[in-house]
Amino acid sequence: MTAWDAFRSALDSLRANPLRSALTMLGIVIGVAAVIAMVAVGAGARDQVLRQIASLGTNLIMVGQGSIARGGVKLGAGTASSLTEDDALAVLTDIPGVVVTAPSVRWGLQIVAGNQNWGTVLFGITPDYMDARDWSVAQGRGLSDEDVAQANKVVVLGQTVVRNLFGGGDPIGEPVRVFSTPLTVIGVLGEKGQNTQGQDQDDVIFVPLSTAKRNIPGMAKSNPRFIHTMVVKMRDGADMAEAQAEIRDLLRQRHRLIPGQDDDFWMRDLTEVSATRDASSRALSFLLAAVAAVSLLVGGIGIMNIMLVSVTERTREIGLRLAIGARRRDILVQFLIESTTLSLIGAAVGVAVGIGTAMVVAALAGWPTLIRLDSVVLAVVVSGLVGVFFGLYPARRAARLNPIEALRHE
Amino acid sequence: MASDLREAASPSSPLIAVEALTRHYRMGPQTVHALDDVTVTIRRGEFVAVMGPSGSGKSTFMNLLGCLDRPDAGHYRLDGQEVAGLTSDELAAVRNRAIGFVFQSFNLLPRQTALANVMLPMVYAGVGHAARAERALAALDSVGLRERAGHRPTQLSGGQQQRVAIARALVNAPLLLLADEPTGALDTATSREIMALFQRLNRRGITIVLVTHEPEVARFADRVLQFRDGRLIDDARQEPEVAA
Ligand SMILES: Nc1ncnc2c1ncn2[C@@H]1O[C@H](COP(=O)(O)OP(=O)(O)OP(=O)(O)O)[C@@H](O)[C@H]1O
Ligand SMILES: [Mg+2]
Repeated sequence: MTAWDAFRSALDSLRANPLRSALTMLGIVIGVAAVIAMVAVGAGARDQVLRQIASLGTNLIMVGQGSIARGGVKLGAGTASSLTEDDALAVLTDIPGVVVTAPSVRWGLQIVAGNQNWGTVLFGITPDYMDARDWSVAQGRGLSDEDVAQANKVVVLGQTVVRNLFGGGDPIGEPVRVFSTPLTVIGVLGEKGQNTQGQDQDDVIFVPLSTAKRNIPGMAKSNPRFIHTMVVKMRDGADMAEAQAEIRDLLRQRHRLIPGQDDDFWMRDLTEVSATRDASSRALSFLLAAVAAVSLLVGGIGIMNIMLVSVTERTREIGLRLAIGARRRDILVQFLIESTTLSLIGAAVGVAVGIGTAMVVAALAGWPTLIRLDSVVLAVVVSGLVGVFFGLYPARRAARLNPIEALRHE
Repeated sequence: MASDLREAASPSSPLIAVEALTRHYRMGPQTVHALDDVTVTIRRGEFVAVMGPSGSGKSTFMNLLGCLDRPDAGHYRLDGQEVAGLTSDELAAVRNRAIGFVFQSFNLLPRQTALANVMLPMVYAGVGHAARAERALAALDSVGLRERAGHRPTQLSGGQQQRVAIARALVNAPLLLLADEPTGALDTATSREIMALFQRLNRRGITIVLVTHEPEVARFADRVLQFRDGRLIDDARQEPEVAA
């Protein structure tokens, strides 16, 4: 008996009970569809997160002034002007592997253009900041060292700000005001979209660090060298954990903190963000695997059940086949091919339903989805194995029938 | 195996040589002697009827001849070859090529056409797809049902179904046709037609062993074996009545 004969006979017997065959496949269909759809949603979300993480820039360590919350209580945040431009210089010169340190101050404020005004966040920066955070300039020019050195009254606007102040118009060269200071728009930033927390990264304006300190009331406070944060960009392949430890030691030493005293600054490695994302997507994958395993198990048991019924119903047929010369192996293979055909048709339907579901989710919920070919291949292979595994016991039962008794079976 | 069987045959050697053949069933403390020390020889071209009361061992005897069962003692040589030593796969091959079975209840696959049913033994004989339909049609032709090739069993009368089953038994050109009460489910007129068919096939050279408990059916055979309580009690040659 060739595999083709066995396959034909399998299709015939599945067609004999179309409703029963369809119901038997349902477990596999649901299992495979669930896996395909959920992997598509998960992969789409992960893909989006990866793109967002890439938009933050890579190999970055953020250092900010003020101690980080311990046990929910924020200790002295922002009280002391602990972090300075000199700290940023020291990190750049003393820590090996540092490419750039970009000091910055930030301030929430209203920006006015003509009769429009808009609440946004101002960053006082140096040109290095644009490099470190991978900001591009879409229009006009970015800030220069000269702007910083001379505290030029110029500003670069984020896309969201441009949209809200100028609508479709060209902002380059236009005057704007923050507090009472007039600034000239020299450039527009490239678009970055939302960050991992869903905040709009394009709702910002950049001015030279010196301009910010000089013109924003209350900004310079007691120490004219103070900064809110600095971005430290490490060279590719640098050990981020070691760099953080070295920066911490250096800053503690510079701030004269005694052992046991809390840090008066915080530090965050942007790869940590991606690490937590990785962990949560691993948890999601595990959940998917569990759902898939359970539904394929249930589907497999359904197949085993229906194959046992089929063997009993077709006992005389098996007896006849043995009498006219089928070997036991032929009977075994015939029933295995039948159970595998059942599970593979179920898998094919499941793939179609899964892709359809992913597309509906993408259209209705607006979630990004990504059909992964490997998930399709895996689902089909596993379904095939389920068909073989759960078909084995019924098939062996069929192959072991005594032909004389089988022929007498009512 | 099966082809060896055919080639090894010399016309004078017996097709079936059974010696002290015994089959016991142990039912708890009791032992049923389904077949007890049966010795008989059947030559090629014979048409043998096996008779006896219910439970006398006729079917047991046929199952042993058909290599569906193994004896507890004794010897069975089919066309000169001892069957006892064959593996289960070899026995399957013997059943496939050397033996054709006809059953009381036809045992056709209900969802398949007559043609597909007749092709079934060739599936296990490794006959190529192209040759199958042609040979199956020839077999249907020899039982007079070529026109019904596309019909399903439910669209055929009992006699026609049995003739399809006979075509299926013939399609691999066996040496031996074994029929256990082939007319048991048929009326008298139809039985006579089936017996006429058997006689025609027998005249063409095929050896037939047929179980029946109807003397009217046994009349068409040229030899009658009588069984009782698992023993062969009579073996008589006769001038067969011609069915058609
Ligand atoms: N599988 C079995 N297990 C136990 N006993 C069996 C088995 N098969 C047959 N027998 C016994 O062997 C004896 C012979 O049975 P067999 O079927 O050969 O009779 P038979 O001559 O064909 O009868 P009938 O004319 O009713 O078909 C009977 O007593 C039967 O009960
Ligand atoms: Mg019987």
